[in-house]
Amino acid sequence: MTEVAIVGLGIHPFGRSPELTGLEQGAVAARAALADAGTDFKAMQFAFGGSQDGGNADSLVNLLGLTGLQFTNIWNGCATGGSSLNAAYSAIRSGQYDMGLVVGFDKHARGAFNPQPRDWGLDDWYGETGLMLTTQYFAMKIQRYMHDHGISRDTLVRVAEKAFRNGSITPTAWRQTALSWEEIEHAPMVSEPLNKYMFCSPAEGGCALVLCRADMAQQFTSRPVLLKSAVVRSRHYGSFEVFSPSQAPTVAPSPTVTASQAAFEFAGIGPEDVDVAQLQDTEVGAEIMHMAENGFCAHGDQEHWLREGVTEINGRLPVNTDGGCLANGEPVGASGLRQVYEICHQLRGSAGARQVPNNPKVGYTHVYGAPGISGVNILAV
Amino acid sequence: MADQLPLHPGLFSWPSKRPELLGSRCLECGEHAFPSQDSCRACGSEQTEIVGLGHSGTLWTWTVQSFMPKSPYLTDETPETFRPYGVGYVELPCGLKVESRLRENSPDSLAIGLDMELEIIPVRCNDEGTQLMTFQFCAAEVS
Ligand SMILES: [Zn+2]
Repeated sequence: MTEVAIVGLGIHPFGRSPELTGLEQGAVAARAALADAGTDFKAMQFAFGGSQDGGNADSLVNLLGLTGLQFTNIWNGCATGGSSLNAAYSAIRSGQYDMGLVVGFDKHARGAFNPQPRDWGLDDWYGETGLMLTTQYFAMKIQRYMHDHGISRDTLVRVAEKAFRNGSITPTAWRQTALSWEEIEHAPMVSEPLNKYMFCSPAEGGCALVLCRADMAQQFTSRPVLLKSAVVRSRHYGSFEVFSPSQAPTVAPSPTVTASQAAFEFAGIGPEDVDVAQLQDTEVGAEIMHMAENGFCAHGDQEHWLREGVTEINGRLPVNTDGGCLANGEPVGASGLRQVYEICHQLRGSAGARQVPNNPKVGYTHVYGAPGISGVNILAV
Repeated sequence: MADQLPLHPGLFSWPSKRPELLGSRCLECGEHAFPSQDSCRACGSEQTEIVGLGHSGTLWTWTVQSFMPKSPYLTDETPETFRPYGVGYVELPCGLKVESRLRENSPDSLAIGLDMELEIIPVRCNDEGTQLMTFQFCAAEVS
């Protein structure tokens, strides 16, 4: 069966862009990805796109050209980008299409997301009494994890410190100012043990990728990146998820664990083969837990990994080299594709000041989000 | 007209000196759920019964909500009168962990493993002046 290559990379900077709609930021990213591949929208046989608050992705044809291509909107929560990539992967692997575009964009209002109980199959009392906040869930999950696996508060601070340091050398990041350990530690508390600098915020941005059959890739770039696996999984009974009025007695592995294992199996490699990774870091606890859930270390090892700088840009396994969600914010429709964009640059050797020095051959991306969904991609050169 | 009514029916037994959470138990596989469900999220069976889940448990994890949430939060509080509240999961005798507000609202007074008990508290008054009630847990009195 044919392999799948990523041959074009495009991004619209993340953050706040009052002069552009979400859709327009998606178009900027799509044009950049097409230009990077030296091709145009007319050559695209399919497109998969998604956005939460930025409008219908397929409206992009009004900006890019009414070419008659198959354009499918994908909406799958935080795994929207992962699901679009999975659809493109399948479309090319199956032989149905040779080449196409994946695009995601978003534009969220300021402040925390504002979910309504009814949309989640819950009654009004749950929201009215003050339990419907994702920040509480993240705080309670890491609180229990710290208790069970001996993770200290210092490790939480170090993850945020690394994120803003990496963001400060990423031209397309939202937060480009490095913060000291003390500035982070003494920020206002949001939800114990997580404070203001330990959470990412909703934001804006767009990201796009051009994919094709691997045997055509050299026509478009001298540095194609192979998409070895693109997996999305949902939760099992017993996994500890957001907006759960009760949890089962036995805690089941999260969907991250099952997505990760399947992705490694498809790619025929293991965690020890990965040179650079992007792990969902909607808050610092998430990055810590995801290091273990994706198989990179044992539960509790994060404590000395962070202290020894293992996940720094010059470490043994650099994680979130562009500052992740903490420094880029989270435009939901675009966030997962940003991770892939960053890993492709790292594998091409074109990541500029944040280029990892270990001559990476294998990269890894992971998203996790409501309502208990996870997407993993493995990339290689 | 009652002076006080549950904010939502079927969540707890009340009025009672020793209120109890109410949930469901699957007749096929025995798994519990809170709030009660007509079908089982473990096995998909549609055979469930309402059961009492008990008055007390132990704190499994916790946090503190330090700022007043925006909608859908709906109480009589204003930003000036808002007081931070604890939030936690309390592990009940059947093993189920239930998410709840906690009376304790400072990190010094909360710890995983703490013995907790149920109490019924007012949320807000409706247009007729009836107090609407919900449940929360608080640290159990040492006996
Ligand atoms: Zn059952």
